[in-house]
Amino acid sequence: MFFKKNKSYLSQIITILLIVSIFGFFTFNAQVNMDNRGIDFGFSFLSQEASFDIQFSLIEYSGSDSYFRAYLVGLLNTLLVSVIGIFFCTIIGVIVGIARLSPNYIVEKIATFWVEFFRNIPLLLQLFFWYYAALRALPLPIDAINFNDISYLSVKGWYVPEFIWTNSSIFYSSIIAGVVSIFFIYRFAKKQREDAGKQIPALSLSLLAIITLPSIAFLVGGVSLSFDYPVLTQMSKTIYNFKGGVSIPPELMALALALSLYTSTFIAENVRAGIMGVGKGQKEAAASIGLTTSQVLKLVVLPQALRIIIPPTTNQYLNLTKNSSLAAAIAYPDLVLVFAGTAMMQTGRAIEIVSITMLTYLTISLLISGLMNWYNKKVAIKEK
Amino acid sequence: MLEPNFNLTILTQYFDRSKYLNNKKGYIKMIKSLKKFSFFLVSVALLIGLQSEAFAAKKSKTLKKTIKQDFVKCGVSQGLPGFSNADAAGNWTGVDVDVCRAVAAAVLGDSGKVKFTPLSAKERFTALISGEIDILSRNTTWTLSRDADIGLTFVGVNFYDGQGFMVRKNSGIKSVNQFKNGISACTNIGTTTELNMRDFFNSKGISYEPVAFEKADEVVAAYDSGRCDTYTTDKSGLAAQRTKMKNPDEHIVLPETISKEPLGPVVRQGDSTWEDIVRWSLNVMIEAEEYGITSANADSMTTSDNPQIKRLVGAEGELGAALGVPNDWSLNIIKQVGNYGESYKRNIADTGILPDRGPNQLWTKGGILYVAPAR
Repeated sequence: MFFKKNKSYLSQIITILLIVSIFGFFTFNAQVNMDNRGIDFGFSFLSQEASFDIQFSLIEYSGSDSYFRAYLVGLLNTLLVSVIGIFFCTIIGVIVGIARLSPNYIVEKIATFWVEFFRNIPLLLQLFFWYYAALRALPLPIDAINFNDISYLSVKGWYVPEFIWTNSSIFYSSIIAGVVSIFFIYRFAKKQREDAGKQIPALSLSLLAIITLPSIAFLVGGVSLSFDYPVLTQMSKTIYNFKGGVSIPPELMALALALSLYTSTFIAENVRAGIMGVGKGQKEAAASIGLTTSQVLKLVVLPQALRIIIPPTTNQYLNLTKNSSLAAAIAYPDLVLVFAGTAMMQTGRAIEIVSITMLTYLTISLLISGLMNWYNKKVAIKEK
Repeated sequence: MLEPNFNLTILTQYFDRSKYLNNKKGYIKMIKSLKKFSFFLVSVALLIGLQSEAFAAKKSKTLKKTIKQDFVKCGVSQGLPGFSNADAAGNWTGVDVDVCRAVAAAVLGDSGKVKFTPLSAKERFTALISGEIDILSRNTTWTLSRDADIGLTFVGVNFYDGQGFMVRKNSGIKSVNQFKNGISACTNIGTTTELNMRDFFNSKGISYEPVAFEKADEVVAAYDSGRCDTYTTDKSGLAAQRTKMKNPDEHIVLPETISKEPLGPVVRQGDSTWEDIVRWSLNVMIEAEEYGITSANADSMTTSDNPQIKRLVGAEGELGAALGVPNDWSLNIIKQVGNYGESYKRNIADTGILPDRGPNQLWTKGGILYVAPAR
């Protein structure tokens, strides 16, 4: 009787005990072995001087900064390539996904080929192709591919002009003001539609706002923009390099390319599934009550398609972020290369550094998935 | 340890009780007790046995393990000509490889009984600390932080090196003083090279772009393709990697040396017997050269008049016993692997990597190779 009643509790308790003892065993084992080998455990090394330089960094960093700063550099580089990858894979994925449903035979076949090709070759191999085959074949800086004397592409990287703003704060405020006004325009349009049944051209008004406000800033706010162009300079008899501008290293380009092309195929399939998941009758019904084509798409098809698209796309965003750790294979200084690579070797603190790195990836993934879940809830069916 | 008194008490407890013999029940009880006692005895014997085993293992766990598995587990590079490089058939050669072969000859009597594990710079220390390998002989620089901090012990130096730079010959650069801001430099991650490079460029006030790869082959490929203007690592490494390039004659190693890089074998901390075996296997190779003992004449040297030569070939003294290895250990090293000079000539000089021995010459011949005497 007692056991029957408490059976569920008992199994829970046993499970917890089992988990605790397994973790306990591994912790104890690690501790004993580290003691035996004279290795101490601690995180104080994070404040020590890193004393190595990093090729590419979004924040100010030099070798005299701490290991923690080096960790931040690696983390930001991981986030940078993930954001670039997510941005491009979404755009390419949506286009290819829609193209796969195109009534145009050639467009449909090209899209199908794209998906099958990039989806079925291992990502690491694609990365090697872009880095070692495609980008390594670019010319030396002296013969760089010249885009109108503004931008240059060479084996050492892609050199683009740097934006130099005067009174940048006024410019940024005008952009923020533009975004805020768009928000109000849409709220006003919705209210008008629901209360008075009037249609207000919200899109045109928003475009007007986002163009006019920064233009005013340029005309009367004293904002001006100049460019710092990369210039070819000679460093020795045959060594040339570009000075000025911003250089995008080939490692970043290869990684962003490989990640966005590979992931775009999965997103394309999600988009296709989402659109196909909305019944044909829905579109016909919407058209029959007099909605325009864009209204059908905006009000009937997309809200339902998004419900199907978002959950699997979240997974793809997570995969892309985790796959960015392949950076270590091509010298892009991401979290794995800088922190779990160089920093680990220079300090010898494998257990500490690997656990920090794992926790960091876990946190990034949970953040992305939390954000996407929030968005998914917003578009999900609200049952009344 | 159990005290003998304790055993006696148990004995009296079980045998001096004659009351067991008074009736049948008592007899059965006694038999049961005897069974219990024999079980107890077996347990004690096992316990003592295990403890003595544990004691011997504590002395040199690695030596015991090596003898049992009948091969030496040696960590080497992923391919550095002259130091550790595998041919198409998978045979490893090089001066770093010879250190492991010498240990195998000393401990197991056969220099062929080595299992080589190629490791990247990043993996090497973890592999050693975790016990995947027992000797790391992989052009590894001896530094204080490595020796003291991360559970490693350096046993000696088998190659005195220094960091240098390689550039393309047609670049016109003849000295590091001609380096200009914005130069890109390729190297390996997880090395002292990465740290020295920063010290060097910082002290010169030159801004540079470090590009760090995990594998040496990737570094060479990046430099060879023009991704980097210069390639920096230990000078011996530069010379060795140059032989792997598309066109070796197009590249030169700049004359400046920017750091001290004493390279040598490493063992785990805490096994001093094993540490001694590796250290003295290396020392014997160097000292054999000093006394002119080669793989060819080693056998005839057993009848030499010089007592130190006789000691070195194991014909006099009990040097092997002190290390816990057979007494012909040193003779096996010299016969099967050769002395340091032979190893250098075979791997580094004759392959055209560094024909000049430079600092890696015996102290008697103007170099800095000087080891403690094996006596």
